[in-house]
Amino acid sequence: MGWQKKVLRVDLTKGSCEPEPLNMDWAAAYLGERGLATKYLWENMDPKADPMGPDNVLIFATGPLTGTMASTSGRYAVITKGPLTGAIACSNSGGKFGAELKFAGYDLLIIQGVASEPVYLHIVDEQVEIVPAGELWGKTVWETEEWIKAKHQNPLLKVASIGVAGERGVRFACIINDLHRAAGRSGVGAVMGSKNLKAVAVYGTIGVTVDDPKRFMAVVRETHALLAENDGRKELTELGTNAMIDSMQAFGSLPTRNFHEVQFEGVSKINPEAMEKVTPGGHRNLLANKACFGCTIACGRIAHIDETHFTIVNRPKYRHASGGLEYETAYAFGPLLGIDDIDALTFASFLMNEHGMDPISFGGTLASAMELYEMGVITDKDTDGVALKFGNAEALTVMAEKTGKYEGFGQVLGLGSKLLCEKYGHPELSMTVKGQEFAGYDSRALQGMGLGFATSNRGACHLKHDVFTQDMEDQTGQGKAKPCKDSQDLISMVDSTGLCLFTMAAWGVEEFQQQIDAACAGDWTVERLLEIGERVWNLERLFNLRAGLTAADDSLPKRLLEVPAPSGTAKGQVAELDIMLPEYYQLRGWTPEGVPSSETLDRLQLQG
Amino acid sequence: MQKSLLIDPAKCTSCLQCEMACSFEHEGVFNPAKSRIKVFEFEHGLRAIPYTCTQCAEAWCMQACPVEAITKNLATGAMEVNEATCVGCKVCTIACPFGTINYNQSTGKVIKCDLCGGDPECAKACPTGAITYVDADWTGYGRMEAWAVKTHAEATAGPGG
Repeated sequence: MGWQKKVLRVDLTKGSCEPEPLNMDWAAAYLGERGLATKYLWENMDPKADPMGPDNVLIFATGPLTGTMASTSGRYAVITKGPLTGAIACSNSGGKFGAELKFAGYDLLIIQGVASEPVYLHIVDEQVEIVPAGELWGKTVWETEEWIKAKHQNPLLKVASIGVAGERGVRFACIINDLHRAAGRSGVGAVMGSKNLKAVAVYGTIGVTVDDPKRFMAVVRETHALLAENDGRKELTELGTNAMIDSMQAFGSLPTRNFHEVQFEGVSKINPEAMEKVTPGGHRNLLANKACFGCTIACGRIAHIDETHFTIVNRPKYRHASGGLEYETAYAFGPLLGIDDIDALTFASFLMNEHGMDPISFGGTLASAMELYEMGVITDKDTDGVALKFGNAEALTVMAEKTGKYEGFGQVLGLGSKLLCEKYGHPELSMTVKGQEFAGYDSRALQGMGLGFATSNRGACHLKHDVFTQDMEDQTGQGKAKPCKDSQDLISMVDSTGLCLFTMAAWGVEEFQQQIDAACAGDWTVERLLEIGERVWNLERLFNLRAGLTAADDSLPKRLLEVPAPSGTAKGQVAELDIMLPEYYQLRGWTPEGVPSSETLDRLQLQG
Repeated sequence: MQKSLLIDPAKCTSCLQCEMACSFEHEGVFNPAKSRIKVFEFEHGLRAIPYTCTQCAEAWCMQACPVEAITKNLATGAMEVNEATCVGCKVCTIACPFGTINYNQSTGKVIKCDLCGGDPECAKACPTGAITYVDADWTGYGRMEAWAVKTHAEATAGPGG
């Protein structure tokens, strides 16, 4: 147990919805969520397929601990081939949708084919219907959730949907569930749009059981207590993820103005302290902190915008609370664009959720466009008359809305920074790996994080490795390959449980092992779980290699490899990828060309 | 001494640990659809309000039941549904002004909060203290105390304080 042992397979071309038994051999080898869905993707599609074509497969996956009392049990992952990268996409979300899918009786929802007209899926336990969505096409995520709940007269439905950005193929469109939680990266929302699938709405009454309830509850009491007492957890609860902005500023690893700088003079206007500060007019950005399903951390911020701010002064519909600034959004709209206007950042963040877009990639793309504008490569003629200058808050909010609605220059921004910079003849300005924009950690100061960015299977991403501690202690590339590899394997496993990475503030691999072992039948040792993590990482790699990616894609932009950090603790340094990468391949058991060796594939039972 | 559930919505993060604990205690399954306590969200999640039975002293559900399936547990003060007696007529669900007693399709009986026999799982599972289990005569004590503290602070800040 833990698993529902059931998969729902929807073929939108045929219009069929069929349940099938979960392949328990695969569950034993890949656990759940990220890992298990990667295996299903590998077995169900050709990695060379066009990510926006009918042969791409879109999988919503829960883990064996999703929907249990283990803390942070609301996670699900969306696994598909990403249009932003051409690599495997692996986007993880919280909120309440994932647990609801599990409660309806399914471990995985596999969507293949393309519907002949816009549709959405309506799932209540075994009852599954593909419903025409003509009236919904063109609506925002927020309108879509409300519309579907009203139509079915069921406020208990949980909805994951796309906005116009996803419908129109914005390459960093995401899937939003529960109004402001996102399966954010690599363009998974564009894949959903390419299938003419507007939304998945689910209500479940079956529930989740575990293998050894008594032991599971005893373990959960202990793991809850560990989180409750932990200082890292307390910081997440009290300050949210944006606490990171002050650390990155102090260290000199806060990418600023498209990575020209690594520290931003306006940080104090957009950090957690600024979110809590009351203005002379009596406005306070932050209103409350809220949790995803099952989460005893509650790092989520609920915020609102000052009613007198230029963004909403004439737009009363935005005078309400919604999901507030997370670190990555604060970084990508703040330092990266040189903007210190907290209300503009919050408004643009609302727009990302309302229209279904990834703020990291949007911010990264706009940053490269701003650089092109300041160089004179693009002008007001290209940008619908908007001055795309670093520091221009109005440019951020106007372009966020244009991209969300797929209008004017927003259509060009919707390409992502790689294609946009290529279009204007300056590919070197695109700060991306495998076509995906960076999260807010500069690889010149954080060397091991840089190695992780270069080797992440979904392109530049901060959530698949964790070398912070080692990077803060030593700013060279020496000895970073091992912690990078080990953390990638560990996180691949955690991402396959149904729980959130943030629990790692208080939990080591043993805490995950104890919860899995009590919830799932069979003998689950630490060694077995870590091997699963390594297997998942290698299978993702195999998918990418077969899709056509090579070692040349494990790189960093020239600006990080050749231009020294201008300030901060790593002043004068560049990213030492040349030192780290060969050692990393060797530790992984890969050839110098970055291909898993035959021995490695044998060891991980990945042959054949 | 009887105790009551005391709910402080300001502390609720909407994590739904209470709903899982409730369904696990009563059904052996993690299943918010079968929870006797429900959390309602407002304004894009800004406010979350847990709601459940307040155990009326003269309970409408008990008085409406034609087969006397609902009885008062004298130790805890909870109105409890005797599953063996309940015929699933649902009259109690009409009688209850608060909607906190509901029909369960899978058993053909009604379900409501029974305070878990005097040791409510929702309160134990709540990570923020939004749900506590306190002396039934003093559910207002905390709020009175908060006002008293405020008055004290004002008094000590004033002249001669």
